[in-house]
Amino acid sequence: MFFLDNAWLVPLIPALSFVVILLFGKRMPFKGSEMGIAAVGASFVLACGAAVQWIQRVGDAEEGGTEHAFGAFGAFGRSIGRIGEEATEGEHGPIVESVHNSFTWFQNGGIDLHVGIQIDGLSVMMMFVVTLISLLVHVYSVDYMKGDRRFTYFYAALSLFTASMLLLVVADNTLMLLVGWELVGVCSFMLIGHWWEEKPNSDAAIKAFLTTRTGDVGLLCGVIMTYFVVQQGTGTGSFNIEALNASAAGYLNPVSGTLLFWCAAALLLAIIGKSGQFPLHTWLPDAMAGPTPVSALIHAATMVVAGVYLGARVYPVFYEGLNIGEANINLMAAVGGITVLIGAALAFVQDDIKKVLAYSTISQLGYMVMALGVGAWTAAIFHLFTHAFFKALLFLAAGSVSHSGAHHSFDMKKDMGGLRKYMPQTYVTFIIGTAALMGIFPLAGFWSKDEILLGASEGDYTLFLVVGAVGALMTAAYMTRCIYLTFFGEYRGGDHAHATPHVDEAEHQPDEDDRLPDHGHHGGPHESNRWILAPLWVLAAFSVFAGFFNATWFDIEKFTEWTAPNAEVFVELQHHEFDVLLALISTAIALFGAALAYAYYWRGLGPQRLSERNGLARTGKQFLVNKYYLDVLYTDVIVAFVKGPLARATYWVNQNVIDNVLNYAGKGAMVFGRFTYDVLDQKVVDGAVNGIGTITDSAGSEVRKIQTGRLQFYAFMLVLAVGVFALALWIAA
Amino acid sequence: MLLNQFLLLSAFLFGTGIYGVLTRKHAVLVLMSIELMLAAVNINLVAFGAFRGGEVAVVGQVFALFVLTIAAAEVGVGLAIVLLIYRNSHSADLDDVDSMKG
Repeated sequence: MFFLDNAWLVPLIPALSFVVILLFGKRMPFKGSEMGIAAVGASFVLACGAAVQWIQRVGDAEEGGTEHAFGAFGAFGRSIGRIGEEATEGEHGPIVESVHNSFTWFQNGGIDLHVGIQIDGLSVMMMFVVTLISLLVHVYSVDYMKGDRRFTYFYAALSLFTASMLLLVVADNTLMLLVGWELVGVCSFMLIGHWWEEKPNSDAAIKAFLTTRTGDVGLLCGVIMTYFVVQQGTGTGSFNIEALNASAAGYLNPVSGTLLFWCAAALLLAIIGKSGQFPLHTWLPDAMAGPTPVSALIHAATMVVAGVYLGARVYPVFYEGLNIGEANINLMAAVGGITVLIGAALAFVQDDIKKVLAYSTISQLGYMVMALGVGAWTAAIFHLFTHAFFKALLFLAAGSVSHSGAHHSFDMKKDMGGLRKYMPQTYVTFIIGTAALMGIFPLAGFWSKDEILLGASEGDYTLFLVVGAVGALMTAAYMTRCIYLTFFGEYRGGDHAHATPHVDEAEHQPDEDDRLPDHGHHGGPHESNRWILAPLWVLAAFSVFAGFFNATWFDIEKFTEWTAPNAEVFVELQHHEFDVLLALISTAIALFGAALAYAYYWRGLGPQRLSERNGLARTGKQFLVNKYYLDVLYTDVIVAFVKGPLARATYWVNQNVIDNVLNYAGKGAMVFGRFTYDVLDQKVVDGAVNGIGTITDSAGSEVRKIQTGRLQFYAFMLVLAVGVFALALWIAA
Repeated sequence: MLLNQFLLLSAFLFGTGIYGVLTRKHAVLVLMSIELMLAAVNINLVAFGAFRGGEVAVVGQVFALFVLTIAAAEVGVGLAIVLLIYRNSHSADLDDVDSMKG
């Protein structure tokens, strides 16, 4: 079990690579990019090894070799006979214990804080996804970022970003998870603001950082509360995640429901901030200011899925705290459901291709959170898995479009259109990604989205089934619009200085571009080179086939099997049979959405330019264009309130109360100080000190006279003293 | 058995030793005087032992043997020191050994 026991290497290698690139990157032949690729590649190999070993472990457990070592429980010293009995009844199926490897970081006040890894199906899956996407993004960036003024720094930050996310994934306690979480936030700040010379970019970075910080407050509170949840559950407080899950799931001592609720609410705030859920989603579209590979990384593998991962990791807290098993509406599902719809609606009015994808991500993250909220744990992480591939694909393809076809612009209406002819490979991969996102059978998105809908329908969450279906309709429609604007119609980038599309070069020798000396200043749109296309095709392959890990229709449930959490410490997960009718309906809805958009854009059917003629529609569009006025709410209402009256009140208090207190305190201190100096210090203390010195000095100068240095004088003194003592004793006797 | 003559002899020897230690200038003579004092002590130990008789007699003699052993070691070390002092300052006069005087 080398790869599982030593999974800590997976985050460590990119972390070291970060340091190496930062220190020596500029002197390397490829400016540090080779170091980043090698490090993430090594991590990817380790993650694959871990995945293989994990699958073997699951297989061994199924063959009956279930080991009840209770290793996890040894860590918090608790006998769990009851759970063992329950498990052997066969309700949960085979138990696969997660792999632990930890040591004590430090002790404080009798509390042991550990650093360690907890590897189970979920973290293995995440390691695989994160390292794979990150590796592809690293490769992609070689060409995409070529000639950037902070190329080396960019690679260093990418490495650290990957390392932080991996740290978060392997963490076995919530405290370490918090560390990874914050590091991810810092790295996203660094990368979103990569081109900070332009004000909007650095503004976007600050906005992303501060908005997610709002959620991080929730995480901090939540992590503190997890300590007490474990304390109530096991008797001794700890941040250990498995102990937390077992306590929250109710296998140990009863835990206060109020505490669980607040813990779940605080952690939900963290998810809202990090995973771009309503109402803190506003940073995510602005984060498009960063380079495209970063967007792909943020949206697919690191950063935003951290929130969903947190939700899946400590799921029992949410399950019990928010009563997911029994209610038919709860906070988590509601947040997710709202996010699905508002994200999808906003995607319709964006002209920037990356912003369409950003809102699409918000909407898809909404699906995941909603799935967690309706109790469909496996569906949520399966969607995370598949979404990572096709969303990374879409972003990288959009980057390819902008890089080679649209003069580094992302504006679909101004600089794109008709690119299908010039960039056939990008076009095909983008279509594959879109189809996967829409949930067209049999691509990846179909299977995962279907499972979410199934979970909602079976868990009495009918409302969210409807939300999910409407979301699917909207997704299909806005993605069709996006494809239309980008790849169909007439090329609109031609009014740039030197741009006449030269079809010949682009269509006949797309690979020639490798050798074009001056890549940045090409004439017209053309296909990107191999560095960019290779990651696209890899991701396209995954977008097609990733869904078959859990193709429930064909009774393949490998994904469920492999990621199944250790049932001894987790809430019981629902299991659903494939529903052909539901699958047909959801596919039909998606196709209907695509058909609507097709009819509207290609055929010109329906009410064209409605917003110019109808006041109501115009208001609606304005509402969307202004992003529901949430930014206005945040900056003009909330911040203005804080800035204006609050600032004046604070100023008044400062001037009248605090200053007076300070002045009088200062004067008092001065008087007291003067007294102390004159009387206490000068007279008493100094007198005493000087007196002692003088006495010692004079005594010393007297006594030193008998130190003659003559040995026999000393001997005489000795004899004399003995004589005196003897005399004294004699007299006393 | 009379104890007094031994004690008187011992006191005489001890007094001679002290006199020698305090008055002689030569380091070797001082060491010899110290040996006299130790011999006086030994006489006392053996005499008291014999006076009490039985086990105590043996104890007194063993004590005396120990003192002899220690005295031998002390003289060995002491003479070595004197030799070194003589080598360095060409004098064994104790009054000259005052380099540590404060």
